[in-house]
Amino acid sequence: MYSVVKGASYFIAHAPDMVVHNGTTQTTQRKIDPSAEYLTQVEQSLRSYEDCVGYLPNQVYIGNLTPADLEGLELPWYDKKAPVAQRQGKYGEIMPEDEFIGMMKICDVFDLVKLESGFSRAVKEKLLLHPLIEASGLDVFDKPSSEEEVGAFIENEHAEPIYYLGKVVGCIKAAHDIDESLSAHVIFENLVSKASCVLSILHLTNQVEVEKSEIAYVIECSEEACGDMNQRGGGNFAKAAAEIAGLVNATGCDVRGFCAGPTHALLQAASLVKAGVFRHVVVAAGGSTAKLGMNGKDHVKKGIPILEDCVAGFAVLVSENDGVNPELNTDILGRHMVGTGSSPQNVISSLTAAALETAGLKLTDIDKYSVEMQNPDITKPAGAGNVPEANYKMIGALAAMKGHIQKAELADFVKKHGMVGWAPTQGHIPSGVPYLGFGRQDILDGRIERAMFVGKGSLFLGRMTNLFDGVSFVMQKNSGERPAQGVSEDAVKRLIAEALKDFAGHLMQE
Amino acid sequence: MDLENQKRVKEFTEEFGGENVVVVLGAAEGEAAGLAAETVTAGDPTFAGPLAGVQLGLRVYHACEPEIKDEVDTGVYDEQISMMEMVLDVDDIIKEMTSIREQYCNYK
Repeated sequence: MYSVVKGASYFIAHAPDMVVHNGTTQTTQRKIDPSAEYLTQVEQSLRSYEDCVGYLPNQVYIGNLTPADLEGLELPWYDKKAPVAQRQGKYGEIMPEDEFIGMMKICDVFDLVKLESGFSRAVKEKLLLHPLIEASGLDVFDKPSSEEEVGAFIENEHAEPIYYLGKVVGCIKAAHDIDESLSAHVIFENLVSKASCVLSILHLTNQVEVEKSEIAYVIECSEEACGDMNQRGGGNFAKAAAEIAGLVNATGCDVRGFCAGPTHALLQAASLVKAGVFRHVVVAAGGSTAKLGMNGKDHVKKGIPILEDCVAGFAVLVSENDGVNPELNTDILGRHMVGTGSSPQNVISSLTAAALETAGLKLTDIDKYSVEMQNPDITKPAGAGNVPEANYKMIGALAAMKGHIQKAELADFVKKHGMVGWAPTQGHIPSGVPYLGFGRQDILDGRIERAMFVGKGSLFLGRMTNLFDGVSFVMQKNSGERPAQGVSEDAVKRLIAEALKDFAGHLMQE
Repeated sequence: MDLENQKRVKEFTEEFGGENVVVVLGAAEGEAAGLAAETVTAGDPTFAGPLAGVQLGLRVYHACEPEIKDEVDTGVYDEQISMMEMVLDVDDIIKEMTSIREQYCNYK
């Protein structure tokens, strides 16, 4: 039987200081010209935590609003306040930067994160109130460093400073004197990814009825790499995050595929559960500091706030079929293959129409497509257009070419089968998965029957191939069938009787 | 335009000569196409890449412009590009591209 999606969580950390000091657009500019006007402008264009919480797409991401609430709402959105502006949401939360830095400390098992005493004390007090963080984990704040110690680590040992409200409140030490894979910069990125992954898992386990101890496997699918110089990218974020999240009976591994990583990971999770290898598998990913403020130059130039100030994460629980939750249909698989080619026509066709045709379905048989759900409020001012809309137009055009709709119906197709994007532009984060939580609910509530999740990845960025990549799958209403519950007493009696008869037959022959 | 692509365009131009190079773009929007076209003609407008301040003045076209479409086998074009042609605002792209060529292209 197909596996099911039992729940999905979504997490955001507001990280304005990391935009300035860790986003690659800014760090690159600082290397080229430390006195560039842009670096001053970016600091002046940061949003407050309250503005980040009250940002419409963020409230959709954590589930307090739905994608439908964004429909028809004219851009820009950054100047509008969400009708609900809460830190906690149905699917997760929006955490302020100081508490998130505290989470990085909790996630650091090698004593590399050094926090100044005043900051440590304040963060500990705040995290004590957090419903998902156990008080016993907060002992790490009881041995803080002095300002002088932090300064010395930064000055003499290549530690990476940690800023909060523009001031240094701590640092991350290098984990090795020479090894670049363990430099303070890499450890910083990896701890951010790990901490946001852990928080996503904690929100997931808080939502679902499955106990933490029942989760057997975790697949982590971010775009970071942890390892040392002898095995760069050796892993394993999955097990590291599972440890902090308290999944004591889980092991796991990391799956990579650029932005398509999450859909590849979900396919693997669905297959492992369907095959009966594990009953419960978590697919999770944290976010990345590198992409913070990625389009900052365009945003600053157009006089709008830095909207890419969020580290994001998500987690999904894939479980054995319970007869209720939506199923992951692994028989309808879209694959961009080596021989597919790179024209948009071939790519979109391989990921949608070709897969559906093998199951006897048309493009119009899918109620909702979840594609790259990038927030257009971020991408449009950066000249990258409306990414989900462009994808829906392509699927619609393909439907018109195949005669599933009339060409004149293209705009209606986009409206009916598409959605407005709401996800932070963190690469793997917007890629198909943001709709898993809403899609599950839409199917459970009978609003839709079938949704297709499409993940695409720009492999050429790694310079190992010029190829593009992508996979897709379908989530559908549960058929209602339950797995067979063992063998009945009558069946056992019948089997024993048959065996005895067979045995007696052999004796008579002898 | 991607910094690595800027580097490759610059290297090809040095190797083959600007008069022998045509840049074909596939951007999804007029504005994005215009920026890329500006980069390979007037120089990188963001001043971040190898073409910052370098005025190559190359011939540059979008894949949906008639100059390219007429050069391509109809069957191949239908198979590879016609779907995108249906999706894109081709008129806007042509307008942007023409404007950039008129201002900065050295090879007319």
